[in-house]
Amino acid sequence: MTVQAVAFFLFAGILTLSALMVITARNPVHSVLFLILAFFNAAGLFVLLGAEFIAMILVIVYVGAVAVLFLFVVMMLDISFSDLRKGAMQYVPVGFLIGLVLLSELALLYGAWVSVPEISNNLAAPVSAFAGKTNTESLGLLIYTHYLLAFQCAGLILFVAMVGAIVLTHRVRPGVRKQSVAEQQRRRPEDVLEIKKMTPGAGL
Amino acid sequence: MTDIYTVITDFNLVPLIPEIFMALFAMGLLIVGVSQGNRSTSVICWASVAGLAITALLIMGLDWQHKIILNGMFVFDEFAGFMKLLVLLGLMASLALSVRYLAQEGIERFEYPVLVVMSGVGMMMMLSANNMLTLYVGLELQSLALYVLAAFHRNAVRSAEAGLKYFVLGALSSGMLLFGISLLYGFTGSIDFGAIGASLLAADSISFGPIFALVFIVAGLAFKISAVPFHMWTPDVYQGAPESVTALFAIVPKVAAMGLLMRLLFEPFAAMADQWGQIIYFLSLASMLVGAFGGIAQLSIKRLIAYSSIGNMGYALIGIVAGTPQGAGAVIVYLLIYMIMTAGVFAVILSMRRNGAAVEWIGDLAGLSKSNPVMAYAMAILLFSMAGIPPMAGFFGKILVFQAAVAEGYYVLSVLGVVSSVVAAYYYLRVIKVMFFDEAADPFDGRTPFARRAVLLISTAFVLAFILKPSLIVESAQSAALSLFFG
Repeated sequence: MTVQAVAFFLFAGILTLSALMVITARNPVHSVLFLILAFFNAAGLFVLLGAEFIAMILVIVYVGAVAVLFLFVVMMLDISFSDLRKGAMQYVPVGFLIGLVLLSELALLYGAWVSVPEISNNLAAPVSAFAGKTNTESLGLLIYTHYLLAFQCAGLILFVAMVGAIVLTHRVRPGVRKQSVAEQQRRRPEDVLEIKKMTPGAGL
Repeated sequence: MTDIYTVITDFNLVPLIPEIFMALFAMGLLIVGVSQGNRSTSVICWASVAGLAITALLIMGLDWQHKIILNGMFVFDEFAGFMKLLVLLGLMASLALSVRYLAQEGIERFEYPVLVVMSGVGMMMMLSANNMLTLYVGLELQSLALYVLAAFHRNAVRSAEAGLKYFVLGALSSGMLLFGISLLYGFTGSIDFGAIGASLLAADSISFGPIFALVFIVAGLAFKISAVPFHMWTPDVYQGAPESVTALFAIVPKVAAMGLLMRLLFEPFAAMADQWGQIIYFLSLASMLVGAFGGIAQLSIKRLIAYSSIGNMGYALIGIVAGTPQGAGAVIVYLLIYMIMTAGVFAVILSMRRNGAAVEWIGDLAGLSKSNPVMAYAMAILLFSMAGIPPMAGFFGKILVFQAAVAEGYYVLSVLGVVSSVVAAYYYLRVIKVMFFDEAADPFDGRTPFARRAVLLISTAFVLAFILKPSLIVESAQSAALSLFFG
């Protein structure tokens, strides 16, 4: 076996096992940690495929942001996950059945797979333009040329997501004290201070 | 060929001007809203209506010749132009209906019109998609804004539930769609509509691969048009969402999704007409029957409209089954008439308020003929039209799709369509009976706001006047449909 094959089986094996642990671990914190392990191994698989950019993105975005966010949520919210999981067992037969149907469909598909004759042309077109370029460079070229429209539209989606999140969660709370710099600057001594002349011993 | 991956060969943003304008307009409105606060909501709503009208003018000013730009990502032709005008009309109607409702329900927030306009941008992208990637981002832009709108009344449990339900099922449908697209990519090696169409045409026989892909893609889109068996979310979401949002859901997104489905089936999947014909046949038949029989037992007018819209999508799909330019034209006319009728019906539903709260039961309409005869007669005309009784517009919509189906020999489908439309007539007529012959309930609150009266008047007038010159709309729809076939 070549080094690559060994690496593939190592990554794939650990990935599958840790994915299994994500859904079976009793402690949700352990689940999230296994999820991070799964992401790392998936990144390894991408490196094996020569897709180093996606591998790095997976580590930075999924491990660095998403999984850590999960960890925060799991630790900060007081949710009893064992209660949530109660009754999940009754859906196992149905889930198993659906999984089986999908698996057999995939098997059927794999057995009868015939690609169109043009596939080599269609696939070769983008590849030849990027021969000898790194992943990042090719992606950069594509995003701002060929996929310009989709890229801009993805930006709009993020914009809507941001507006939506604010709409659904932002509440105006009355009586919250906030610092307003402009107000502080506008304050004049004569508005808030009163200067009294005091004669000794007389009181006010 | 290889060149197009590093440079844009056809950099021409002119056909994109309406979308760019709309997106910038929405952002501008957001800035105004943030600085002026929620009291500016009604102003922003009317400004968005004006913005949508300007967008419609921009579309009319474009060159409607078939044009593919930005390396095949975006297409503008007569079909896209016509459908975009329909979408804009629907958005304007639903926004005009919402203004007073938002204030009455105390959910007057300036993000509402911004989200509506952004979902409109998504719909326009869907209608002009010429690449699976454009299709998907357009669809997600539209859906994401609609998920938020469904949950807009966030303090009402029903609304939050509707938003969540819509979101989960929408995510599921996106998953199916993407799975289908990935299978198709595996089969043809491309996500460009033109390349997919050419590859499928050149293939000697259609193997399992693209059929699987087709099934998953159509299933994903069937969720969006709520065709049976992917309709389960519709009644719950329609009932739970704020009524102005329900009006939006019933009027607009289905037009966009239907347009997308038509482009997809008639252009890249043209070579697989035999395969998708069967799928759409089933969807159409099942939707008509479920729409007709499911609506009978409903007590809530919103759920009734949900079943009615399921049934109506079934009728519209008949035109796609026919698979001819005539059928496609009939679908466009059907969608236009359906949209206008639904807008009118919602003008009435939104006025159903007693003691400052919205009421939604059909029984609440009792005695409307005494307390507000104009509204009752207008509603009766719209419902007669929905039931497909001549000489209202709804009749012509139905007869056009049935004609197209019969011309291609789909007799069974047409007969069952007529049967289910008779069954559905029962529940429309029941509403009319409640309005005119049942013991009067208390009248509804206050005067009907101007916008609702205007929408009701326009839609009733359209439904009545359609018979005078049907060729006006039918011919432009036919020519728009032709551009799909011989672009």
